[in-house]
Amino acid sequence: MTWVNVVVQGLLLGGLYALFAAGLTLMFGVMRLVNLAHGDLSIVAAFVALAIVDAVPVNPLWTLLVVVPLLFGVGYLLQRGLLNFTLRGNDPLPPVLVTFGLSIILQNLLLEVFSADSQGLDAGRIENASIRLSDRLAVGWFPLLTLVTAVGVLVGLQLVLSRTRLGRSFRAVSDDPEAAGLVGLDHRHVFAMATAIALATVAVAGLFLGVRTTFAPSVGPTRLIFGFEAVIIGGLGSIWGTLAGGLVLGVAQTLGAQLSPGWGVLAGHLVFLAVLAFRPTGLLGRAVPA
Amino acid sequence: MTEGSGEPQGGAPVNQAVALRVQRATLPSRIGLGVGLAAVVVLALGPLWALDSVLRTLISVFTLLALAQMWNLLAGYAGLVSIGQQAYVGLGAYGLLLFADTVGLPLLASVLAAAVVGTLVAVPTALLAFRLRGGYFAIGTWVIAEVYRLVVTNVSQLGGGSGLTLRAASTVNRTTRLYLTYELALVVGVGAVVVTYLLLRRRLGLALTAIRDSEQSAQSLGVPVFRTKFAVYLVAAFGCSLAGAVIYLNLLRVQPEAAFSVNWTAFMIFIVVIGGVGTIEGPIIGTIVFFALQETLSGYGAWYLVLLGAVAVLVTVVARRGLWGLAADRTGWSLFPVQRRLEERW
Repeated sequence: MTWVNVVVQGLLLGGLYALFAAGLTLMFGVMRLVNLAHGDLSIVAAFVALAIVDAVPVNPLWTLLVVVPLLFGVGYLLQRGLLNFTLRGNDPLPPVLVTFGLSIILQNLLLEVFSADSQGLDAGRIENASIRLSDRLAVGWFPLLTLVTAVGVLVGLQLVLSRTRLGRSFRAVSDDPEAAGLVGLDHRHVFAMATAIALATVAVAGLFLGVRTTFAPSVGPTRLIFGFEAVIIGGLGSIWGTLAGGLVLGVAQTLGAQLSPGWGVLAGHLVFLAVLAFRPTGLLGRAVPA
Repeated sequence: MTEGSGEPQGGAPVNQAVALRVQRATLPSRIGLGVGLAAVVVLALGPLWALDSVLRTLISVFTLLALAQMWNLLAGYAGLVSIGQQAYVGLGAYGLLLFADTVGLPLLASVLAAAVVGTLVAVPTALLAFRLRGGYFAIGTWVIAEVYRLVVTNVSQLGGGSGLTLRAASTVNRTTRLYLTYELALVVGVGAVVVTYLLLRRRLGLALTAIRDSEQSAQSLGVPVFRTKFAVYLVAAFGCSLAGAVIYLNLLRVQPEAAFSVNWTAFMIFIVVIGGVGTIEGPIIGTIVFFALQETLSGYGAWYLVLLGAVAVLVTVVARRGLWGLAADRTGWSLFPVQRRLEERW
């Protein structure tokens, strides 16, 4: 029963990782851009929520109403004002350098403004409430909410991609930005919309992270790495793969931690490396690796 | 080393036949070579004229130059944008400790053995990481570096999270050790520049240029793309492990958090980007600028890194080839001529 519990907790943790992976998948899918500041932006969202809660005594979950639109806007401006300029030509270097530089800038800005202390968002009763399934097995309401939200975000993305005008333009510029331009799509705007939506999901992820655990200015890269591992384990270009990847990573980490407390994160990394070695297209990925 | 492979190229198209030759060296490059050699000699005599504190600073300058040059070789020439080079700094550091304290090799031999271990570890690392491309390759190498850090942290024989101290250092007199480390750092720093230059003048350099311009066309022309990148990755792993071992021969205390810190790679990136990626001169200029900024702005704490990050972003977007690129465009100078040019024979 202990092991069942460990697996269940891993699946719930995986929901959070899938939430982090969703934005990465979208940005990579639309413009082959890997945003190395992805994790740091989620921490920025968490700190903004913290600042709001400090000023106005509301439940941090309400700050989603402010933080999500805010990061949506930041995403649009970031892509339009900076990242689009790194995508000219076929050089992989500029996007990596600029987003890595951004990551360092954000970490150190947060450090100066909020200090290196660990912070947390207090969402009240929901944080500790749980559904007891048996003596040994309990499912926390908040982790469950996280997993449901992750599934909701991924389903929403899938629907936007397959059913809407915007989704069609995403697919068009992803296939060929120039040809898309010929039929009247401005790829700069479409790219910016993709980053805006990606950062909106990052805001949700950051907030849920902040409620679930403590956070500090330096923890962004870890979030980027977990999200990235979920993407690769699941397989590039597959929304459901992203969810599966997050869940597998979550279970690997909780199982590893159960074996020995120091091995949780490492176990997740090893599963990622095993997938890379034996199934580089990922569990649910298409035949062509990235 | 100043002359290219001087095959005469006959036959100018128009009436008057002008003898041409393939040439790499230029006047600025000859002057640069002279000034560079003189600088190396003066620096090699450092223990005669410099304070111990200056020598210590120069040790970090030289080792950082080596790290930056290796990152430049990877990213600027082979298109391998790694954010995991801290793996080799850490492996070099722990390798040094292992060989000097546990095996009992002399310090110098331990430094070399540590670099060999780093290179060996790079073989499986490359095989895994090369399955990823571009930005995903970058994060992939980062994850693998994290794996090495976590493994080291979990092995209690290596001191776990709190690390180890190089005990063998106490067998050597303090001043002797400082001078030894200083000269070693100079060799590693200058060696990284020279090795990069020589590699790029060879067949490998041509292969890399072809791959950089178009991987597919290079492959179709018979350039061994995978083998070329693999070779560059191993060279960079050797260089970074060697530099890591020398850094910790100076610092003596190794902790996994610090030795495997991504900051090592961040510094390499800042130096190369600001100086000029894809040029041999760039990392040299970048290292000088980096240390000048560090000395000037050390009182401003995290703002210093914010500024450094902002400069790197700006340079990447506005002046992709960095400070040296700007200077070279204006003057046409090249201190380490890799390109072949046709010149009239006088």
